Amino acid sequence: MDKHAEKFLRTDHLAHIWCPGCGNGTVLGAIVRAIGKMELDQDKTAIVSGIGCSSRASGYMDFNTVHTAHGRALTFATGIKLARPELNVLVLSGDGDATAIGGNHFIHAARRNINLTMIIFNNGIYGMTGGQYSPLTPTGSIASTAPYGHMERPFDVAQLAVAAGATYVARGTAYHATLLTDVISKGIEHNGFSVIDVITQCPISFGRKNKMGEGYKMMEWQRDNAVMVSAAAKMTQEQLAGKFQIGVLHHSEAPEYIAEYEKIIARAQGGQSK
Amino acid sequence: MSRTVFMQGNQACAEAAIVAGVRFFAGYPITPSTEIAEILARRLPQIGGKFIQMEDEIAGMGAICGASLAGVKALTATSGPGFSLKQELIGYASMTEIPMVIVNVQRLGPSTGKPTAPAQGDVMQARWGSHGDRGVIALYPSTVRETFDITIQAINFSEKFRTPVILLLDEVIGHMREKIVLPAVESIKLVERKKPTVPPDEFLAYKPDEDGIPPMPAFGDGYRFHVTGLAHDETGFPSGSAEITNALIQRLHTKIENHKEEITLYQEYFMEDAEMAIVAYGVTYRSAIAAVKQARKKGLKVGIVKLITIWPFADEVINKIAKQVKVVFVPEMNYGQLVNEVERVAAGQAKVISLPKVDGNLFTPQEILSALEEEVNRRG
Repeated sequence: MDKHAEKFLRTDHLAHIWCPGCGNGTVLGAIVRAIGKMELDQDKTAIVSGIGCSSRASGYMDFNTVHTAHGRALTFATGIKLARPELNVLVLSGDGDATAIGGNHFIHAARRNINLTMIIFNNGIYGMTGGQYSPLTPTGSIASTAPYGHMERPFDVAQLAVAAGATYVARGTAYHATLLTDVISKGIEHNGFSVIDVITQCPISFGRKNKMGEGYKMMEWQRDNAVMVSAAAKMTQEQLAGKFQIGVLHHSEAPEYIAEYEKIIARAQGGQSK
Repeated sequence: MSRTVFMQGNQACAEAAIVAGVRFFAGYPITPSTEIAEILARRLPQIGGKFIQMEDEIAGMGAICGASLAGVKALTATSGPGFSLKQELIGYASMTEIPMVIVNVQRLGPSTGKPTAPAQGDVMQARWGSHGDRGVIALYPSTVRETFDITIQAINFSEKFRTPVILLLDEVIGHMREKIVLPAVESIKLVERKKPTVPPDEFLAYKPDEDGIPPMPAFGDGYRFHVTGLAHDETGFPSGSAEITNALIQRLHTKIENHKEEITLYQEYFMEDAEMAIVAYGVTYRSAIAAVKQARKKGLKVGIVKLITIWPFADEVINKIAKQVKVVFVPEMNYGQLVNEVERVAAGQAKVISLPKVDGNLFTPQEILSALEEEVNRRG
């Protein structure tokens, strides 16, 4: 077993619940490698997840872990970080968890620019409940609740995060595992709200219905359709049609919430009410 | 040193929270509870605490769950519509045994109802609002002075029993100003959650002590544990076992039921020779005690029981008075909620008369007195 996996996973709670061919394990591997790379102290790190397949990852991770309620991981994480700022707080969420039921929390955490690292396991579907469409399901896809093809437009979750105020936004895939470790570790390093959108595969609840083949076939789709941000800069709109960009999509600096609240405390204790 | 102050119930609640050690508030503005948030927004940073106005009521609950897991005493305040939204995470906090206090300054419902009108319509919701079975502690003061004490008591109970505690306030108590004498801070007893006594490698996050309550380290203390709303075993990890599930759900009840005597707070007046009794709570008690005093002047042998602890229900207290008196009156500013509990316990030992009121006004003492007299006349 990988040294980071051995150190950071609760190996006595494996095997995991994920289906054969699922990308979640690969994403989890990238997360623990990023944590290892950043040398985070396990006792001083909290992992907060929502509800859904990917949110079960917190239980496999040997940190202070909370498997919260559907969509609410960011609210718990906000409370943990504000109450105990010395903790590193990572948030794991699925695409439905993060952008449907948790959509309001997502934009407001971004707006506050609170120092959390959010990793969205984006498989474009509700896997645990059997393949219903999420706000990130591509238009035209078949889902159990879109048997005639999905008529809605998906969010571009990266653009949504940037528009809402996130100061670090990146995208990776389960296929590009090394890149994924790199963009997650940069997200941990960044002092502000970081979002990493991870394209991962659900062969059982998405792939089968959409005739994409088994897990490895879906990973080949990731390989063939992902374009590095640096490469995309040199490509035309026609060449980029139907592709998605991976790498660091947005990186900026803005006042961070915890640091700003410390200033409020100083102001309150200085007796100024302004 | 004690001090004399002139304050609102909401203010007494906020000040008591600070005295009790609350250092984290997250919530969302809603009438008639908002003063609690406003006061804590100003006061908490002065003492190094944190206040955050969240994007919605649910987020306020999530944030106090997180803060409490991180070891900080936490409180939120809301009213009817917000209390409804908070129910899922109140259930989460029950299941995962996270201490916190949820203040519900009640207003008339259902729905938006009458935001500034008093009502006691959330009494059953406090018990049954979240799905599934669990024990619940809910407290209900009747004066501004009592709001101070009972807020501290609510925080103490939440820490001791590792459970969310609901503090029900009446709109009238929340917004009314009374001259009160606050106790000396040194004289106030505070409770802190139990910490583990074993080293991290021997620690089981949900293994209860003999009192049914597991010790609780904070995130960051070196005890790495898992918290989940899924049915879980003593390690804190999910379990599909029927036996383990049963033991967990039983314990969520018994850890409260087994300490019911300590948790049941009530007062009784004029009960020694009473042949009739009133059971009342919150601001309705204040109308009722005035009615009792007037009735006594007229020679009616009526007494009163003021319930401060609403949940768990005071079965023993009500059973005792049902054995003693012929009639029990239950005036409530709702359609008749707690009266069903009184009837359950009285079980025919005494006649139980419901006095419901749902117009958004307080009871006048005369309304209650008239009901007493009517019953006396009927009996001849």
